[in-house]
Amino acid sequence: MATVDVRSPDVVIRGRKVVGGVTEGEALVTREAISGWGGVNALKGEIIETHHELRGQSFAGKILVFPGAKGSSGWSVAFHTSRLAGKAPIGLLFNVMTTKAALGAVVLRVPSMTDFDTDPLEAIETGDWVRIDADSESVFVWKGGRP
Amino acid sequence: MTMRLTDEEKAMRDGAQGAAVAKAMDLLIRYGEALGAEDFVYTDNIAGVPGSSPKWIKDYYAEDGGDYRAVFSRFDLDSDEAVDVPRISGFACHLQGGMDPELWRDQGMSEEAFANFQADEREVAGHGIQVLKTCTPYLAGNMPVMGEHCAWMESSAVVLCNSVVGGRTNCEGRESTSSAMLAKRVPNWGFHRDEFRKGQHLIDVEVPVDSIFEWGLLGYFTGGAVEDAIPVLDGAIADPALIKHKHFGAAAASSGGVEMYHMAGITPEAPSVEAAFGGAARGERFTYGPKERQATYERLNSIGESRDVDYVMLGCPHYSADQLAEAARLLEGRTVHENSNLWIFTSRAVKATAEASGSADIIRKAGAKLMTDTCSAISQAVPPGTRVAAFDSAKQTHYLPAIMGIEGWFGTTQECIDAACTGRWNGRLN
Repeated sequence: MATVDVRSPDVVIRGRKVVGGVTEGEALVTREAISGWGGVNALKGEIIETHHELRGQSFAGKILVFPGAKGSSGWSVAFHTSRLAGKAPIGLLFNVMTTKAALGAVVLRVPSMTDFDTDPLEAIETGDWVRIDADSESVFVWKGGRP
Repeated sequence: MTMRLTDEEKAMRDGAQGAAVAKAMDLLIRYGEALGAEDFVYTDNIAGVPGSSPKWIKDYYAEDGGDYRAVFSRFDLDSDEAVDVPRISGFACHLQGGMDPELWRDQGMSEEAFANFQADEREVAGHGIQVLKTCTPYLAGNMPVMGEHCAWMESSAVVLCNSVVGGRTNCEGRESTSSAMLAKRVPNWGFHRDEFRKGQHLIDVEVPVDSIFEWGLLGYFTGGAVEDAIPVLDGAIADPALIKHKHFGAAAASSGGVEMYHMAGITPEAPSVEAAFGGAARGERFTYGPKERQATYERLNSIGESRDVDYVMLGCPHYSADQLAEAARLLEGRTVHENSNLWIFTSRAVKATAEASGSADIIRKAGAKLMTDTCSAISQAVPPGTRVAAFDSAKQTHYLPAIMGIEGWFGTTQECIDAACTGRWNGRLN
């Protein structure tokens, strides 16, 4: 993470570490819970669920900001497979802790957080630049893209 | 948060029971800490999909040998190195798999894929894991009891275990179940704990819900309403049966993320609405009336346009012996239309019962195929050229059209079998 910040973040959110580490990138935000198996195409890193607002969009290389996980117990396998395919998200921020989301984050091995003091779904929009410092349990947000 | 480990668990983590158990503990500790769990519970009832994988996953781990051992280590245990996996000593079961062990050609599987399937199954059996090959372990030899700590995958089985039986399991994943088979531990979080099992939202059921079709519709509505919370259903729910709970739970788990529900006076931890909530009703209050029932039906049927049905799929979750008998009754003396196909899925154990009882024969004589181990969604296998499918399962209607890019209809078992025999969808909400 050699990025030199040209300006300080617009928003700082505190939360709890799910998986440690530091990452930064573009946010992909949804207000709808995400299904893993059957809801994503792991090999393409793409949401495929019929009624989902992100249907057809790719989370590969993005910081995925979502309320929580739903659906099949194959959630972790779907995201684990996306890691093998090189199509995984690079960080996860989610509000509702479930076994699906926790295990998925663990096997994705990407910095992940939950239990926030500010709702990331309110503070972060798709396209915002986000840095997750899970080790210090902080999320930094630059509105509108890379600073 | 650092988990509190017993001396035995520390020793397991540090390798006292071998490298595989140490890797399993490492994964389970990372997982427990992610959840925020304080400690582990002991479990000796574990259902997952240990080590089974398509060929390309094995090839991905070619440097580690590209075999079952490599996949179990690297993928299932999420280990950075391959280790020897010992024989499992506890009660571990393999859930659904990728193809039918006999009709795999009909499912479009290659010789190579079948050989891979057979090799995996030999490994599973050789590791002391019970080959149930079903999403309904409770119909095939693994019915938990009240209060039993389990580590199960398969959302439809998880919700049944918690809600109908009073067993205790979270919706585990492949990596946590495979690890738990070695370590006999899962994080003491969620449904293992009393306080987590109380109702969160109330659903007033105002239309009569009695048939399996109506239970399935209500389930799909429930998941959409409460998402991943625990609903308490009260009102006009009648004629409970295992297969109705099976369809209700599968639907609620796919439209939302329901892992436990209470039905007042019906499920074991809900002798009353108050008991289900652990006090006064709280959370949101939803009504399931004629309007909601209609809307749920229309939502499930929003992905069908053509009424020429190529494919009817029954057996999601896997059919029970009584459902196979019902399908046989509806099929007897009829034949599947030349433009359509009927595949019915069940477990090997239940198929054996259906063979003995004659329903398997009637199903086959009608031109339908009775398949085990898998389903169209899991195996991504449908008859060649399928464009329009029909289902009696809200869960399969939710998943298969999205996965396969086809149209789908949802209706009663009778409507589905009529569609298979006429090639036309004539379902309607009465």
